[in-house]
Amino acid sequence: MYAFDYQKAGSVSDALAALKAEDAQPISGGQTLIPTLKARLAAPSALIDLSGIAEMKGIEVAGGMVKIGGAVTHQSVADHAGVKAAIPALAQLAAHIGDPAVRHKGTIGGSVANNDPSACYPSACLGLGATIHSSAGDMAADEFFQGMFATALDAGQIVTGVSFPIPEKAAYMKFVQPASRFALVGVFVSKGAGGVRVAVTGASESGVFRWTAAEDALAGNFSPDSVPPAPAADGMIGDIHGSPEYRAHLVAVMTKRAVKAC
Amino acid sequence: MTKISMKVNGEAVSGEVEGRTLLVQFLRDHLGLTGTHVGCDTGQCGACVVHVDGESVKACNMLAAAADGAEVMTIEGMAAPDGTLSVIQAAFQEHHGLQCGFCTPGMVMSAADLLNRNANPSEAEVRAYLEGNICRCTGYHNIVKAILAAAATLRGEAVAAE
Ligand SMILES: Cc1cc2nc3c(=O)[nH]c(=O)nc-3n(C[C@H](O)[C@H](O)[C@H](O)COP(=O)(O)OP(=O)(O)OC[C@H]3O[C@@H](n4cnc5c(N)ncnc54)[C@H](O)[C@@H]3O)c2cc1C
Ligand code: FES
Ligand code: FES
Repeated sequence: MYAFDYQKAGSVSDALAALKAEDAQPISGGQTLIPTLKARLAAPSALIDLSGIAEMKGIEVAGGMVKIGGAVTHQSVADHAGVKAAIPALAQLAAHIGDPAVRHKGTIGGSVANNDPSACYPSACLGLGATIHSSAGDMAADEFFQGMFATALDAGQIVTGVSFPIPEKAAYMKFVQPASRFALVGVFVSKGAGGVRVAVTGASESGVFRWTAAEDALAGNFSPDSVPPAPAADGMIGDIHGSPEYRAHLVAVMTKRAVKAC
Repeated sequence: MTKISMKVNGEAVSGEVEGRTLLVQFLRDHLGLTGTHVGCDTGQCGACVVHVDGESVKACNMLAAAADGAEVMTIEGMAAPDGTLSVIQAAFQEHHGLQCGFCTPGMVMSAADLLNRNANPSEAEVRAYLEGNICRCTGYHNIVKAILAAAATLRGEAVAAE
């Protein structure tokens, strides 16, 4: 790691002020950022720690929504009785991120802001039609995620929370890449007031995406048999863990499993 | 350099660290607590697992300065001061839950974290909880056996004590 200063932020306004310094960067759980720094893939001048900001740590279930603060850890989401009752698929997704030590530190804000193409939370945000709360205002998940590791946020802006509308039913099915425990392909399906949504992570070179052909088919008949054949392999990720064709095939398989589990 | 203070295994400690100093470096190099191991240094293997404020974390994936003011527990804090092994450590010995021993500190700390959360885990729950702890030697079976045995002993003691 290159040298940097470290500072704990006490509030969102504290953090935003500190992030005005040139090349300052936020850190939350550090579960992605610290390995990145060790590989010298980033050289921030200062890290501003968001993980202790009280106003980013709450979970509220009210008015048909589950609102989770940006600094809430994966374990806290997994354990929260209100989340488990309102959107069990979301609690289960959080319970299967990485391993316990990763879940005790990693946060929803860090995961959503990072937008790793194989991360779990972005598919829940897109698959439930969530609203991302940020220092730059509220944004629909559909506008927020802008391709691999890219979001609508600029440097110095932070994710302060995420609000998920409570669906009629939902499920997340993840085909685990066993070495990293990330999703080789993960599919989040929901049916609710906003219709049927199918969001896919791990598969596309453009990051998390909605599989609209499946959404349309499932809107007519919500059953695993309605899931269309695998999407085109064009633009899917190909690496040592799986070819684009394999990933495309998994998109259809995991969608069927998710619909069945709904 | 920043001055940090924390409690490690119940004792107040402090030191001067850089922003980039990892918690595992602080424990091993500054405090000489070399029981916490570094296997991968990439957050994958779990050899460095310690408890911070009662929860398991990978000490290679946390900054020392982030643990300022925290209560940290390492493998050195598991046995009694006179060297008597904790129930979990004794079960690892009894059930041959280790061979080279490199993964063992992390395994014991993850096991302790699990048993704090769930006094009566199933075999499947034990295996799932160890997802982030890699062992190159044992094949895991005896580690799982040791943890299930320790859980049973701890439940028995709790009953006997009441
Ligand atoms: C062994 C291992 C297994 C894992 N398995 C999975 C898995 O199965 N599924 C999965 O989805 N993830 C997985 N992860 C990643 C994990 O979920 C991370 O915790 C998460 O992606 C990042 O969250 P963090 O709080 O740790 O962020 P950090 O590492 O602190 O930050 C990540 C990035 O986001 C920025 N950032 C952090 N917080 C904010 C914020 N509030 N606003 C704006 N920017 C911010 C940082 O500057 C940095 O660029 C795994 C990680 C490890 C080490
Ligand atoms: S040394 Fe920390 S996880 Fe391997
Ligand atoms: S006993 Fe050797 S790595 Fe586990």
